[in-house]
Amino acid sequence: MSTEQEKHTDVLLEIRNLHLEGFSDEKWKPIVRGIDLTLHRGEVLGLIGESGAGKSTLGLAAMGYTKDGCRITQGSICFDGIDLINCSADELRQLHGLRIAYVAQSAAASFNPAHRLIDQHIETAIRNGGIKRQQAKAEAVELYRILGLPDPENIGQRYPHQLSGGQLQRAMTAMALACHPDLIIFDEPTTALDVTTQIDVLAAIRNAVSRFHTAAIYITHDLAVVAQMADRIMVLRYGQLAEEAPTRKMLKAPENPYTLSLWAVRCFKSEAKPRPTAEAPLLAIENISASYGKNPVLSDVSMQLFKGQTLAVIGESGSGKSTTARVITGLLQPDQGQVLFAGEVLPKDFRQRSKTQLQQIQMIYQHPDTALNPRQRINEIIGRPLEFYLGLKGAAKEQRIRELLSMIELDPEEFMYRRPSELSGGQKQRVCIARALAAEPELIICDEVTSALDQLVAEGILKLLKQVQEQLGVSYLFITHDVATVRAISDEVVIMQQGKVVDYGAREAIFKPPFKPYTDLLFSSEPQMDPDWLDTHLARQQAN
Amino acid sequence: MKKCLRCLCQAPLSAKIGILLIISYSFVAIFAPWLAPYGETEVVGDGYAAWSPEFWLGTDNLGRDVLSRLIYGARNTISIAFVTTILAFVVGGLAGLMAAIKGGWIDQGLSRVVDILMAIPQLIFALLILSVVGTNAVSLILVIALLDATRVFRLSRAVAMNVVVQDFVEAARLRGEGLVWLIWREVLPNTLPPLVAEFGLRFCFVFLFISALSFLGLGIQPPTADWGSMVRENAVMISFGDFTPLLPAMAVALLTIGVNFVVDWVLHKTSGLKG
Repeated sequence: MSTEQEKHTDVLLEIRNLHLEGFSDEKWKPIVRGIDLTLHRGEVLGLIGESGAGKSTLGLAAMGYTKDGCRITQGSICFDGIDLINCSADELRQLHGLRIAYVAQSAAASFNPAHRLIDQHIETAIRNGGIKRQQAKAEAVELYRILGLPDPENIGQRYPHQLSGGQLQRAMTAMALACHPDLIIFDEPTTALDVTTQIDVLAAIRNAVSRFHTAAIYITHDLAVVAQMADRIMVLRYGQLAEEAPTRKMLKAPENPYTLSLWAVRCFKSEAKPRPTAEAPLLAIENISASYGKNPVLSDVSMQLFKGQTLAVIGESGSGKSTTARVITGLLQPDQGQVLFAGEVLPKDFRQRSKTQLQQIQMIYQHPDTALNPRQRINEIIGRPLEFYLGLKGAAKEQRIRELLSMIELDPEEFMYRRPSELSGGQKQRVCIARALAAEPELIICDEVTSALDQLVAEGILKLLKQVQEQLGVSYLFITHDVATVRAISDEVVIMQQGKVVDYGAREAIFKPPFKPYTDLLFSSEPQMDPDWLDTHLARQQAN
Repeated sequence: MKKCLRCLCQAPLSAKIGILLIISYSFVAIFAPWLAPYGETEVVGDGYAAWSPEFWLGTDNLGRDVLSRLIYGARNTISIAFVTTILAFVVGGLAGLMAAIKGGWIDQGLSRVVDILMAIPQLIFALLILSVVGTNAVSLILVIALLDATRVFRLSRAVAMNVVVQDFVEAARLRGEGLVWLIWREVLPNTLPPLVAEFGLRFCFVFLFISALSFLGLGIQPPTADWGSMVRENAVMISFGDFTPLLPAMAVALLTIGVNFVVDWVLHKTSGLKG
């Protein structure tokens, strides 16, 4: 029998013409529109698409579950001969955990903080599987070992808050594997993790899944991640299938224009400008040390930023990059060191800074949703800095708002009087950019401005920022955890680790070997669009 | 405007009843002198007269027309309660927002003062102060407003705490905006829905509290008509099987129910609860 035929007899999950609707704004709106999906035993299927594409809803539907406010209107879901749509709640409960398991994006929010890990781990197995407590515990320890958790014998005795994010995500995968299910749904399991942590989790998940011959649906928006994990990829858009192909084939030659555009995102790159030699730096941070209470977060941080340039600060969470921004803006007073702007020392507290000093430094935030007052209209949001700093009023103000909206590529007629809730994430971020530009600043601090956005939208924002810089000559302090973004737009790069600057230099110098040890770890941990990347990386790690 | 009307039409029956009640009470309160058949304090007949075409709801202990006093009572009780509630919201609400925005020792200081005030039972505190400063409309309003402001402070501070940590408030601070802008334009609009709902409830509590104080003789002073004191003055009639003294109590109850219906609806609409 050929492998093709073998697969046909081995279908685990079959979804046919599935339609799902969600209730919002007093109306039922389609989320998933006619998806067919077939999953074989032991196969890993990658589901990718931007937010709102319906991938999480589809993932949950594969368990026979819909969230509140969602309903299945049409189609069939068949899991190993069982019709999941017409199952009773009791029958579904029998399947969940035992034969189908789910790993959520945030393990920290999914574990019950009041119970020890191992008690949560063995609960389903004991309730449904009819095995003894001791045996279940022994199996749990074995799974912890397979997933590479430290001290597998005793780690189960800990509470969720005593583990790091990456460890929790692995513990959650172990829990999903507890009853040796036939199918696991992974919903963005590594999205909230740092790149260096992500690698371990990815390797652990892949190892465990192939060892138990478990089928899996792996949902993510990160192409490079899905390339490592999946045998086959489905690209979703607007609740419909855009393209489906085996991983290697799709990576090599995507056919659908939307898939092509997703692939092209990572190619955006701008020319790095050399540091001006004669000029004094626009912003100079000198030997800053800062702490939250008694916890030191920054020690001896120094960097310089020149006019019209982009300085990228990169590091993992907790490395102190956002704290550096807080020191510059004056929200956090440093214990030592000073911040110089255009040669003059800025007061440590923003309340003691003059209006001009405040005007010269503007911020753009990570989450555009919370950065815009939901009760103000776009013209008020952008108009306020114009009025406040530049004293513009009436027609002159309105004219300037229109100019700014055109600059950020939003139609003034259409968007002027909207509220933030009527905008998409990318549009909101553009409005944030316009608000920063309205003050006519010399320096804009961009704090993870693209990390809450889809890749295509994020690329649009990066291009816009670059374009604005060329027009107006503003400088950016660009804080990010994403190596690709840094490679795309920076002129100079600062790499931070645990509150210290570990590497600092021009973009070419930083991205050219030989690397410093941490720089090397950070860069090599960034997933590549090569299905063999993870293997190569792990092999290299072992060799070291 | 059109949108408001459409919204009203779609309101559930309970909310419509509530709105109707509030409107009719306000109407009665505003046009009391024209609606009442007799004067507020006018002695028009014998004491404790029965219901008759001349005195629809009979007369009270001194021979004043009960219907007229009920109508004037609406005016006195509701207006004092309304002014008190507004005062409580201005003081408590602003202090709460300021505490949330400023933080630090301002927040600590205000919160501890409020804790102390809240630790003393409301009625006892009011009785104490009123018996010291004497009972008149102004001191009544000030005392009750102060007591209720503590509750409003707690709520507005708690709601505002969730707003001030958001990035748009930080952006406004970094822009160099003053306290007035921060309160008025950034924080207040985002805390409004729960505060509006609380306004309705607080109004009911103030209203009941005034009636209770009047019943105890420390609220609105005779001969001014007031529902609470009307119950007390004529309570003796109940023992003769006449339920006239309960009418002012029912007037209080009905308005409370009406306001609650409307508040429920507003809360439901603004909190986005469905189903």
